[in-house]
Amino acid sequence: MSRIHVTTTINGDSVDYLCEAGDTLLDVLRDQLDLTGSKEGCASGDCGACSVMLDGRLVCACLVLGAEAEGRSVETIEGMADGETLHPLQKNFIDKAALQCGICTPGILVAAKDLLARNPDPTEEEVRYWLAGNLCRCTGYDKIIRTVLETAAEMRGAA
Amino acid sequence: MAKDEFQSRAFKVVGTRVPRPDGLDKVTGRARYGADMSAPGMLIGLCLRSPHAHARIVSIDTSQAEAMTGVKAVVTRADFTVTPEDQGTRDILDNVMAGEKALYDGHTVAAVAATSRSVALAALKAIKVEYEVLPHVIDVDEAMKPGAPVLHEGRQQESVPEGYSQNVLARSQYGHGDVAAGFAKADLVIERSFTTAATHQGYIEPHACLATMGNDGQGDLWCCTQGHYMVRNTCSAILGMDAGRLKVTASEIGGGFGGKTTVFLEPVALMLSKKTGKPVKMTMAREEVLRASGPTSSTSIDIKIGITKDGKITAAQGDFRYQSGAFYAMNGALGAMCGFAPYDLENVETVGWEVVTNRPKAAAYRAPGAPMAAFAVESVMDELAKELGLDPIELRLMNAADEGTKSAYGPTYPAIGLKATLEAAKAHPHWSAPLGPNQGRGMGCGFWFNFGGDTCVSLMINPDGTVSLSEGNPDIGGSRASMSMMAAEELGIPYEQVRTVIADTATLGQNEVTDGSRVTFAVGLATIKAARHAIEIMKARAAQVWGIAPEAVEWVDGAAQPAGPNAGKFPPMTLKEIAATASNTGGPIAGHFEVNAEGAGVSFGTHIADTEVDPETGAVKVLRYTVFQDAGKAVHPDYVEGQLQGGAVQGIGWALNEEYIYGEDGTLQNAGYLDYRIPVASDLPMIDPVILEIPNPGHPYGVRGVGETGIVPPLATLANAVSRAAGVRMTSLPMSPPKLLAAIKAR
Amino acid sequence: MRFETPQTIEAAVALLAAEQGARVLAGGTDLLVRLRAGQIAPSTIVDIKRITGIAEITAEDGGWRIGAGVSCAAMGEHAGLRADYPGVVEGAELIGSTQVQGRCTMVGNLCNAGPAGDSVPAMVAAGATVRIAGPAGTRDMAVLDIPQGPGKNALAAGEFVTSVFLPARAPRSADAYLRFIPRTEMDIAVVGCAVNVILEEDGTVACAGVSLGAVAPKVLLVAEAAEALIGTKCDDAALAACAAAATAAATPIDDKRGTVAFRKDVAGVLARRAARLAYTRALGDPS
Ligand SMILES: Cc1cc2nc3c(=O)[nH]c(=O)nc-3n(C[C@H](O)[C@H](O)[C@H](O)COP(=O)(O)OP(=O)(O)OC[C@H]3O[C@@H](n4cnc5c(N)ncnc54)[C@H](O)[C@@H]3O)c2cc1C
Ligand code: FES
Ligand code: FES
Repeated sequence: MSRIHVTTTINGDSVDYLCEAGDTLLDVLRDQLDLTGSKEGCASGDCGACSVMLDGRLVCACLVLGAEAEGRSVETIEGMADGETLHPLQKNFIDKAALQCGICTPGILVAAKDLLARNPDPTEEEVRYWLAGNLCRCTGYDKIIRTVLETAAEMRGAA
Repeated sequence: MAKDEFQSRAFKVVGTRVPRPDGLDKVTGRARYGADMSAPGMLIGLCLRSPHAHARIVSIDTSQAEAMTGVKAVVTRADFTVTPEDQGTRDILDNVMAGEKALYDGHTVAAVAATSRSVALAALKAIKVEYEVLPHVIDVDEAMKPGAPVLHEGRQQESVPEGYSQNVLARSQYGHGDVAAGFAKADLVIERSFTTAATHQGYIEPHACLATMGNDGQGDLWCCTQGHYMVRNTCSAILGMDAGRLKVTASEIGGGFGGKTTVFLEPVALMLSKKTGKPVKMTMAREEVLRASGPTSSTSIDIKIGITKDGKITAAQGDFRYQSGAFYAMNGALGAMCGFAPYDLENVETVGWEVVTNRPKAAAYRAPGAPMAAFAVESVMDELAKELGLDPIELRLMNAADEGTKSAYGPTYPAIGLKATLEAAKAHPHWSAPLGPNQGRGMGCGFWFNFGGDTCVSLMINPDGTVSLSEGNPDIGGSRASMSMMAAEELGIPYEQVRTVIADTATLGQNEVTDGSRVTFAVGLATIKAARHAIEIMKARAAQVWGIAPEAVEWVDGAAQPAGPNAGKFPPMTLKEIAATASNTGGPIAGHFEVNAEGAGVSFGTHIADTEVDPETGAVKVLRYTVFQDAGKAVHPDYVEGQLQGGAVQGIGWALNEEYIYGEDGTLQNAGYLDYRIPVASDLPMIDPVILEIPNPGHPYGVRGVGETGIVPPLATLANAVSRAAGVRMTSLPMSPPKLLAAIKAR
Repeated sequence: MRFETPQTIEAAVALLAAEQGARVLAGGTDLLVRLRAGQIAPSTIVDIKRITGIAEITAEDGGWRIGAGVSCAAMGEHAGLRADYPGVVEGAELIGSTQVQGRCTMVGNLCNAGPAGDSVPAMVAAGATVRIAGPAGTRDMAVLDIPQGPGKNALAAGEFVTSVFLPARAPRSADAYLRFIPRTEMDIAVVGCAVNVILEEDGTVACAGVSLGAVAPKVLLVAEAAEALIGTKCDDAALAACAAAATAAATPIDDKRGTVAFRKDVAGVLARRAARLAYTRALGDPS
C-alpha cells in the first residue's frame, strides 16, 4: 500500500510522517508520533477525548484524516504548557480536583482553552454547552465546570 | 480485625485538599494509560466476534487468514488447551473465547495478530465461521420460563425450585420475622412491579493491553485494570502457567466503575503473543466495549410493603429477578440484600434470582445490584408517603435503621450514618425550596456494604528522609494522594515527603481488586499499619542511639523522643535524622503490612432531586441535585465529593436515558456513545455534595468506602421526582421521553 | 485507497468522474465514522476543502451563497447570514459538538441523506437550492430534491455540490428550526421541524414553508401545515391546525431513537413551537 507523505506543524514544530489514506490524525499522533496525550475513547467523534486544534479550530483528531494535515498547524495537549509553566487551566485542574481518572482531561483542557480564548467570560451554561462533546464519566462534570469558570475569572483578573 | 480500631484524633494532613501526585502527568498528556504503551516489533491483535445472539459454532476455517502477508497468528478456542480448575475461571475462558457456542452478539470466536491494524482487519474478514443459529432469549422474565431457549445445561443450583428454565442458575433468600403476620397488621399495603434496563459503566477508556510471552514460559502484561493481581491469577490459570511467571503491570486507568474487575482481551493477547513470540497489543473499539465487555443486569422486581396509618412499616417483601448475561453472576442476591437495608423491619423477606440470557456477561458496576433494588423499594416508599400524606423524609426517619438494628440481610449494624443523612437532607434548604409548574421533587435512600479484602503495603524510609509507599491497587480517582496523606499523617511528616506508587505483581504481595469501595479503607488501614511498623523500627533506632529501652521512646510530630523518666533527656530525633544514620544503626528502614482487612463500614446516602417535565414531549430536565452521604472520614474531601458527584450522575443517566437496546434478532442496536446516551455536561446542574462523617469503628481514622453508595439512590430519586412532576408513577427505567410521554398521555 | 486534494472544481469533477468508487470528503464527520466502521471502502477520497473559494459565504442577488466547504461553525459566526436565516443557522449549529461544528458542512449533511439531518429541514422550508458541478457542467436543484431515501442522494456519477443558495429575504420574514433529542446535545434528532414565514404588513402570514425531519425516509415539505398558517396571524387555532397537519404528514418508524406514536406527537408539538418562534421573529422580535 503506497503511503502519503505529509509535512505539517505540530505544537510549533515542523513534522513529517507517512500515513495510509485511511489513517486518522489521531492514529498518526498516537501510533506514529508517540503523542499519546490525545486519547481514543470512541473513534467516532462522540467523546472528545481526542480533541486537538487544527488551524485554530477545535476538532476531534479521530474525525480528521492524517493526510488532511498537510501544510496545516496542529496543537495537542503536549503543547499546552509553556515549558515548565502550566497553562492556568492545567494548574487549576490539579488544584481543584477537576479530574478523577484523567482520561478525558487532555481533551477537556484543549477544548476549554479554546473556549476561554474566544470567550473570556463564559456563563456556566456556555461552558456546559461548549464542553458537551467532551464526555467525562467520573466527575459528573461539576468540578470541571467550576474549574473552567474559576480559571476564566482568574485569567481575566490577571489580564 | 477488631471493630474498635477507630480512635478519635486531630488530623493535620487527613481532611485537607492537597494536589495529587499524578496530576501533572494527567494534565500534560504524559500519563500512560492502557493503549498508550507500545513495544518494539509489536503486533496488533483484533478479535472476530459473533454476529449472532446464540449460535452453535459448526466450524472455523482460519487457513486463508493465516496465509496472508503480515498475519502472524490466528487463535481460536482450540488453542486454549488448559481447562481451569474452578467454574468461575472456566466461565471467564468461555467468555473471552467462545467454545462450542457463541452466547451473545459480540462474543469472541477467534483473534488475529498482524503487523498492522489494516492487515489484522483484512485477516478477520478472511476467517470463515460456520454458525448454526439457535433461538435466543434477552429478557429476564422470558428466560426464566420453562421452554425458553437454554444457554447452558446442568448448571442450575439446588436452590432453584422446580418449574423454571435451566437458565435460572440460583435462588437466594434473606429476611426475618413473619411477613404474612406483618401484612395482616398493615393499614395500607402497596405492591408494585418494576423493570430496569441493562446499562454500562461507560468508562471513557476502552480495554487495552500489551502482552509479551517468551518461549521461556515467562510473560509480561501491561493493561488497564482495576486489579492486576486478579489479571495475573486469572490469565495464568487460563494459560496454564505459574502465576509467579507472569508479571502484570497496571497502567493508569481511564475509569472502571467495576467494569475492569475481570479480563477480556488479556488471555487472548497472551495467547497470540505466545504463538508469535512477539509483543501483541490489543485495544477494544468502543463498539466492542459495549457489545462485549461487562454491562449490568437488567431486572424485573416486585415489591410489597405494608404500613400502619401513622407510618410504621409492618412487613416488606421483595422478589428480585436479575439477568446477568451469558454466565452466572451474583447480582440478584445483592439486590435482595440491599433493597431494604436502610430500614428497621420486624418482618422482611427477599428473594434474589440469577438468570442467564444471550447478552454479555454482567460485570460489577458500582454497588452492583443495589441501585435497581433501591429504585423499586424507594419508589414504593414514595407512594406510601404520598398515600398517607407524610413527608417522604419523615417516613424514612420513622423506619430508618440505626446502630443495633438487625439488617434485612442478616447482620446487626454497628454505628451507621443513615439517620444523619436523612436529618441533614431534611434541614437542607433544598428540601423546602419552592417548585414551579411541571416540576417535582424526589428523594431516595441507598445502601452499600463496602469491602475490605487482601491487601499488602510496603513503606520505605529513604536515606534522605523521604518516604516511598508501594501499594497494589490501581488508582482510579486519586487514591495515591490519599495513601500519601495517611502515611504522612501517621508518620507526622509533610504530605510532600511521601510518594506513593502502584507496584506490579512481581514487587508486592497479593492485593484484591480496586472494588467494593475498599481502597481508602483497606489500603489506607494497611498504610497506617505499615507506617506504625516503620515507626516502631525508628523508635528502636533512636533508643539504640540514646542507649535507652525502645519502650521508653514515643513518636511525636515526626520525631522520636524520649518518654517517661527519660523525657527531655535527649533532643528529639526526627525521621530525617534517623533515616540519615540508618545505615549505622542497623541498615535500611521499611515498614510493611499484610492483611485480609475486615471491619469495612457500611455506608448510606440520601439524595434529593428537582426535575421539570415537558408534558408535551416527555423531556426531563434535572434542575437541582443534592447528595448526602456518610464518608466515615473524608481523607481528601475533594475526591470524596468527586465520588458522590460522579456516582449521582451515572445514576441520573441510568434513570433517564441509558439502556441496552436489542433488536428482534438479539443484536445490540446502540453500540456507541451516540445512542448509548450517557449524560453530557449540558444535561446537568451542579451536583451539591454534603459529606457527613460518622466514623467507621473498624478503621483507625474512621474511614468508610465512598465509591459506590453514590449510585444507589439516584434511580429512585429521579423516578420519584419525575413521577411527582408528571403526575404519573414511573415503574420502568429508563424514563426516556417516549416512555414518559406515553405514560403522561395514559394518565 | 488514495487521497486527493483538487484545487479547482474541474479537477474535482475529473477525479470523481474517473472512478466509481471515488468519494467526496467535506468535513468528514459522517465519512470518517463510516470509514472506520467498515461500512464504506472508497477507492479515492476527494477532499474538496482546498478548492479555491469553496469555504466562502458570499452575498448574491440579495440572498446568500454558502460554499460546500463552509463549516457550520463559520455559518454561526456570520452575522449577515444569521440575521436573514436564523432557522437555517440554528439547524446547522445544532449538528454535533463544538468539535464537530468546526468541521461539518451543511452540504455534507444534505448529501449524506440521513433522514434526521438537522440542517436540511430549514433549507427546505426556505426554498434553498444547491449548485451541482459535474462532467456535463453545472446545474441547480432544489434542496428538497437531493435526498432520495436513507443514504441515497440525487447526484449523478461524477457530480458534487459546490454551494447552497438561500434566496433574498423579503421584509417581515424569518425562520426557525427546533428538534427533539433525549439529551441536550450529542444526539441525532428524533424529530426536527423548520418553519419559514413571510408576513404581510399587517402581520398576516403571506407565505409559509413547514418542513419535517426524521419522521420519514427523507425530509418532508408539508404543504397542509403551511396552508394552516397562511392567512392567519399564527393564533392558537392556526397553530393547532399546523400541528395536526404535521402529525398527520409524519410517517415515522419505531427504532432505538423513538416510537411511531412519539414521533408523530412530537412532530406536531415542534411544528407549533417552531411556527410561533418563526412568526415572532418575522414580526421583528429577534429572540
Ligand atoms: C459526534 C457526531 C455528532 C453528530 N451530530 C449530528 C447532529 O446533531 N445532527 C446531524 O444532522 N448530524 C450529526 N452528525 C452527522 C454529521 O456531522 C453531519 O451530517 C454533517 O453535516 C456532515 O457534514 P460533513 O461535511 O462532515 O460531511 P462528510 O462526512 O464530509 O460527508 C458526508 C457525505 O456526503 C458526501 N458529501 C460531502 N460533501 C459533498 C458535496 N459537496 N457534494 C457531494 N457529496 C458530498 C460525502 O461523500 C459523504 O458521503 C454528527 C456526527 C458526529 C460524528
Ligand atoms: S476518540 Fe475522537 S471523539 Fe472519541
Ligand atoms: S475523569 Fe475519568 S472520564 Fe473524566
